[in-house]
Amino acid sequence: MIKLVIQRLALGCLLLLAASALIFFGIEILPGDAAQAVLGRSATAEALANLRAEMGLGRPAIVRYFEWLGGVVRGDLGVALTNGVDITSALADRFSKTLFLAFWAALISVPLAIFLGLLAVRFRDRWPDKMISAITLTLISVPEFIVGYVIMFFVAVKWQLLNPLSIVTANMGVFERLEAILLPVLVLTFVVLAQMMRMTRAAILNVMESAYIETAELKGLSRFEIIARHAFPNSIAPVVNVVMLNMAYLIVGVVVVEVVFNYPGMGQYLVDHVTKRDVPVVQAAGLIFAAVYILFNMFADIISILANPRLRHPK
Amino acid sequence: MMRIPLSALIGLFFTGLFFLSAIFAPWIAPYDPSAIIGDFWEPISWEHWLGTDNIGRDLLSRMIYGGRTTIFVAAAATVISFTLGTTLAFSAVVIGGWVDMVLSRFIDLIMSIPTLIFALVVLSVVPVTIPVLILVMGLLDLTRVFRLARAVSVDINVMDYVEAAKLRGEKTMWIVFREILPNALSPLVAELGLRFIFMVLFVSTLSFLGLGVQPPDADWGGIVKENKEGLIYGIPAAIVPGIAIAILAISVNLIADWVLSRTASLKGGRNG
Repeated sequence: MIKLVIQRLALGCLLLLAASALIFFGIEILPGDAAQAVLGRSATAEALANLRAEMGLGRPAIVRYFEWLGGVVRGDLGVALTNGVDITSALADRFSKTLFLAFWAALISVPLAIFLGLLAVRFRDRWPDKMISAITLTLISVPEFIVGYVIMFFVAVKWQLLNPLSIVTANMGVFERLEAILLPVLVLTFVVLAQMMRMTRAAILNVMESAYIETAELKGLSRFEIIARHAFPNSIAPVVNVVMLNMAYLIVGVVVVEVVFNYPGMGQYLVDHVTKRDVPVVQAAGLIFAAVYILFNMFADIISILANPRLRHPK
Repeated sequence: MMRIPLSALIGLFFTGLFFLSAIFAPWIAPYDPSAIIGDFWEPISWEHWLGTDNIGRDLLSRMIYGGRTTIFVAAAATVISFTLGTTLAFSAVVIGGWVDMVLSRFIDLIMSIPTLIFALVVLSVVPVTIPVLILVMGLLDLTRVFRLARAVSVDINVMDYVEAAKLRGEKTMWIVFREILPNALSPLVAELGLRFIFMVLFVSTLSFLGLGVQPPDADWGGIVKENKEGLIYGIPAAIVPGIAIAILAISVNLIADWVLSRTASLKGGRNG
């Protein structure tokens, strides 16, 4: 089992490396020119040449890739083209803000999704199940930003319960900050909850339909014993998988939600610099988002290896 | 006689309505979508069924033209991702060996980066025009189609009739299009609907972020972006495209569900 886990860890690292190469060379081979993109069409040839030299675009891409990668490993992400600010320090602050937002959204949505999933399985094909699936189907059919605006429109504007924009400043206490991020957290929760609940329901139903559950029923075990001794241990791996997969959705959701609520996190920073065509910042932020996504997927795999007794005690 | 369930009928009705209004937009739209014909954010009235937008254009006309753009971009991207994805997947399975291996690992690699993030990275260097947008969305989404098509065709590839065709000496392309494709069609058709919805959501999100369809044109996501400031003053214009997206997505979902259940029951009893 340890061998499997180590294999998965190694694969994760390899994937990270490959993803970094993809992000770097992906931009290289595309027909756009980073210097042209920053300066726009009306730039003079001289200005272009200067900027190209400054960005080191004259040297081979492979050399620049390893320089960039070396910098990333040392925690140096370079400087932004547009304003010359050090990317690492700019990102660090925003990353912590995004984490703060994502952490609370996860804390609320994970238990709620599992609870609702269980509820839907318990009352399968009856009204609670049908109602939950109708609502979640609607939620996943709407883009994240619409969910955001609908909630903002009603909660903040029509009923005046909360401030529509989330302004978080350095000297705010924990509770003030929580109040400020309540709306984005609510939206993120809804977005992730719908997916996670649907997948949890499917995962648990899959377990409940197994032959050993039927055996346990026929054996005369009580409903509680069946769930506690047979269904629950077998559901851990799929449910953890579902949760981790949806944490990955959360990463994408956070980008959009931050833009909706003007929340000064990583996502807003990324979108802002894509518009400004600031390639170093986009590469850095893109790499961090990809890394978090890859790590979540790796954890999901490792936990399902650990939760599977057949892999835990190999013959 | 084929019986269509009520949910699928509702889905077909609304999907048809959206597609027809997209095709016939110039004849249906009551006003020019870029003409300023009134005050900004006028309420709903007989002249303007959905009111006016942030600079006084007729919102209904903009919604009809916006839907045209959204549906066109999403449909074109779906066509790209489907034709390329299925062809690559079937070829990979039929050829097998290292071709399959390399393609599958490469697809895994692309899928290891969230689609939206990847799209943002790409769109930071290429000029954002509608053909580029369609191509980027189609190529990125091809990974999902490849995965499904590969999973489906791996099972078909080991069937006796494929074996027979191979022994007959048929070419790879013949096996892909004449043996595998017809047998893999039903799960793929259901997936087609889901991919289309994903594309609609995707292009709307990109436009909302300002990285999709560029002004003065606007798709549904762009209309949200244009009118978002109004929400603070209690003007719901920005929510209108959301309702349209939701209705379209749910309708297509209902059709996909029906197609999926039809093929499932077909497998259950072919003679029934």
